[in-house]
Amino acid sequence: MNIQKKMIGDHYKKLSTAKADGKKVVYTFVPGNLNELILSFDMLPVHPEINALQSGMRKKSGDFIMEAEKSGHSEDVCTYVKCDIGMMKKGNIGPTGEKLPEPDLLLLSYTGCFTFMKWFELLQKEYNCPVAMLHVPYQGDGEITESMKQYVVDQIRDTVIPALEKASGRKYDENRLKEFLRSSARAEDDLVAIWESAKNRPSPIDAYFGGVYYIGPIFTAFRGLPECEQYYKSLRKEVEYRVEHKMGPTTPEGELNQQKFRVVVEGPPNWTSFREFWKMFSDEGAVVVSSTYITVGGLYDRGFRHDAGKPMETMAEYCMGCYTNRNLPARVDILEKAIKDYHADGFLINSIKSCNSFSVGQLLMLRELEKRTGKAGGFIESDLVDPRYFSASNIKNRLESYFQMVAAKRAST
Amino acid sequence: MGLESLVQRCEDLCRDLDFNYVKEWKKKTGSKAVAFMPIYVPRELIHAAGMLPVGIMGGGDDLEIIRGDAYFQSYICRIPRSTIELGLGGKLDCMDGFLFPAICDVIRNLSGMWKIMFKEKYAKYLDFPQNLGKSGKNFYVQELQQLKADFETISGKKITDESLGRSNALYNENREVLRELYDLRSRYPHQILTYEAYLILRASNILEVSEHTRLVRDYMALAMKKSRPNRDYVRVIVSGAFCEQPPLTLIRALEGSGCYIVDDDWVLGARYVLGAVSGSGDPLMALADSYMDKTVATGSRHEDASVKGDYLIRLVRERRADGVVFAAPSFCDPALLERPMLQDALTAENIPHTGFKYAENTGQIQTIKEETGTFADSIKLWGAE
Ligand code: SF4
Ligand code: SF4
Repeated sequence: MNIQKKMIGDHYKKLSTAKADGKKVVYTFVPGNLNELILSFDMLPVHPEINALQSGMRKKSGDFIMEAEKSGHSEDVCTYVKCDIGMMKKGNIGPTGEKLPEPDLLLLSYTGCFTFMKWFELLQKEYNCPVAMLHVPYQGDGEITESMKQYVVDQIRDTVIPALEKASGRKYDENRLKEFLRSSARAEDDLVAIWESAKNRPSPIDAYFGGVYYIGPIFTAFRGLPECEQYYKSLRKEVEYRVEHKMGPTTPEGELNQQKFRVVVEGPPNWTSFREFWKMFSDEGAVVVSSTYITVGGLYDRGFRHDAGKPMETMAEYCMGCYTNRNLPARVDILEKAIKDYHADGFLINSIKSCNSFSVGQLLMLRELEKRTGKAGGFIESDLVDPRYFSASNIKNRLESYFQMVAAKRAST
Repeated sequence: MGLESLVQRCEDLCRDLDFNYVKEWKKKTGSKAVAFMPIYVPRELIHAAGMLPVGIMGGGDDLEIIRGDAYFQSYICRIPRSTIELGLGGKLDCMDGFLFPAICDVIRNLSGMWKIMFKEKYAKYLDFPQNLGKSGKNFYVQELQQLKADFETISGKKITDESLGRSNALYNENREVLRELYDLRSRYPHQILTYEAYLILRASNILEVSEHTRLVRDYMALAMKKSRPNRDYVRVIVSGAFCEQPPLTLIRALEGSGCYIVDDDWVLGARYVLGAVSGSGDPLMALADSYMDKTVATGSRHEDASVKGDYLIRLVRERRADGVVFAAPSFCDPALLERPMLQDALTAENIPHTGFKYAENTGQIQTIKEETGTFADSIKLWGAE
């Protein structure tokens, strides 16, 4: 955790002095991001969702959202966008208290979420800088076709690379890119080993609340860098140590060794009451053994690795492979497999008001999964960064009765 | 047929959630029908396979939602739940396939729900390029080729260059006549009432294209003969209603509040191509080109910020509109995220605007009517600020 904290702190520091240091800045989204390519141009990435998430955790998001709503944004739309817009309107002071640099380029990787497109259109109006559109086709039929792949490869070559060249003033350097890709693959191997450790009893990790910390570096500005590799190497070692000593994960309440319930979770967490939410699980002795949120930046556990041998194709496959770019039947299959592989007692859906990309269809997923696995499913509702939509008592009640149901079901089988 | 009965026929078609026209058409022709969600679907390809394209725009305010609510959280717009309700109620059994265009994440995920819930039926998510360069066109052409192959399988009929060329021409004619209808309404909004024009347009979702073209012509002739009072109303454009539709009572109320609607973006599925699909060369390429170069701007299609709002402003000028009424379905991300950008563009040009949200079964007609009425009054009193 400390290594990660330092990595993030250093990154924000670099961002705060980017302009003075002559560094160019590219804003882009987390799912399916092209971090290795951005690094190869020596540019610094900013991920607006991460700023929103961090603002949520630091209890600043409520004010930012109100600010955006005051300026004409509807209460109905995604709060990540509003949090970001509000932050910008209040001076663009990032979560660590330092000013964020304006973008030299908005790399609109339109992956798995429609809102991304509108988000950068809105930012472009404010910053008056170029947008490079990378449209990532959705896996509507549950597969990546040749034409989809070709489309993404063509866009990377014909739209994204020229835009990065122009913004950075550097030429595209494939060898450099390949080095970053190779490093990514090594970190990805370690990450998968960490996820799979949750098959043990007790599980040494929490793959949702704890998982959020584990995905931080690899989903954001660090994938491809030596410090990222190092982070996963040491994390893996620590997890292996825990397995060996039959230790549970560290939670805000200490180590969770008495694990009464093993659950799989679908949907992002709430950030404004993150620790309180986590505590509701640990109080019940519940550990999350797998979650879909930790795959929004790639389904590594299904075998994907960045492949330096085919840099363009591998980036295209990565973009298209993220969880929210998969269709509903595929998402149900992924969850079903996780429930079985991780010997879960049940599954829970945290339905996020903001997020149509995740939320539409979740009630059907609930039915399907109950039918297919025979396990108890639970459904709770909250929001990512809008504190108005986190009703602690309501969620706690629901969770308590859910875990009672799981216990009853287990006792009857 | 007289004017009233013609309009009544269209209203009946719009309200007929048993899709009797489709059933009869299928019986008569022995052919099939393919349904599609609101916009950017190339109906020409369905037609060229000898099938009937049927636009589905939810259930309106007639449909009681019994099962649909169990599939969607309260913060999701209404059109997917009424569509699921129609599906579960067996109302869509007469459709042999269903297309879900890539206009938002709701319809996107609905396509997957359909695959799970109605396994035996063809359901296809139709992606179209947001990158409008060469790569986008290549991708779109392949999407169209896939659709063509799928439609040939469903219909058991080959789509030839001739048949597609013919369908392109028929839909060009239909768009042309709809443009005439819109031009006419803009010139004589007291003769071509929006409530009627809407129903006439809406009938394009169901009727076979040639029949619809005739119907539009008949309507224009009849409506222009009628003597109707010319009122002192303001001229407005309605924007943001391209997917879930407002209830018919709301459309009527808007007009009744003192606004002549001189352009709008409802039922865009019939009008998203601006101009004609080219009649020369490969007809599939012509269809692809029309999407790339001649397509209406909506919140669902990416645009560079430098041109954001240009389309709407141009429309305001062309139609000599006094203002814009933003009308968007509640929880509609594309329309609601687009709205502040369009509002800013209008404000910069001194064009008055107002806005509200609705649902297809909205009951708050009176409140909305009062708001648009006040908007109309303020324009009359002060004009553009
Ligand atoms: S809609 Fe969901 S995926 Fe998209 S930006 Fe909002 S929270 Fe993220
Ligand atoms: S009303 Fe808006 S959000 Fe709902 S399905 Fe239509 S476009 Fe999507």
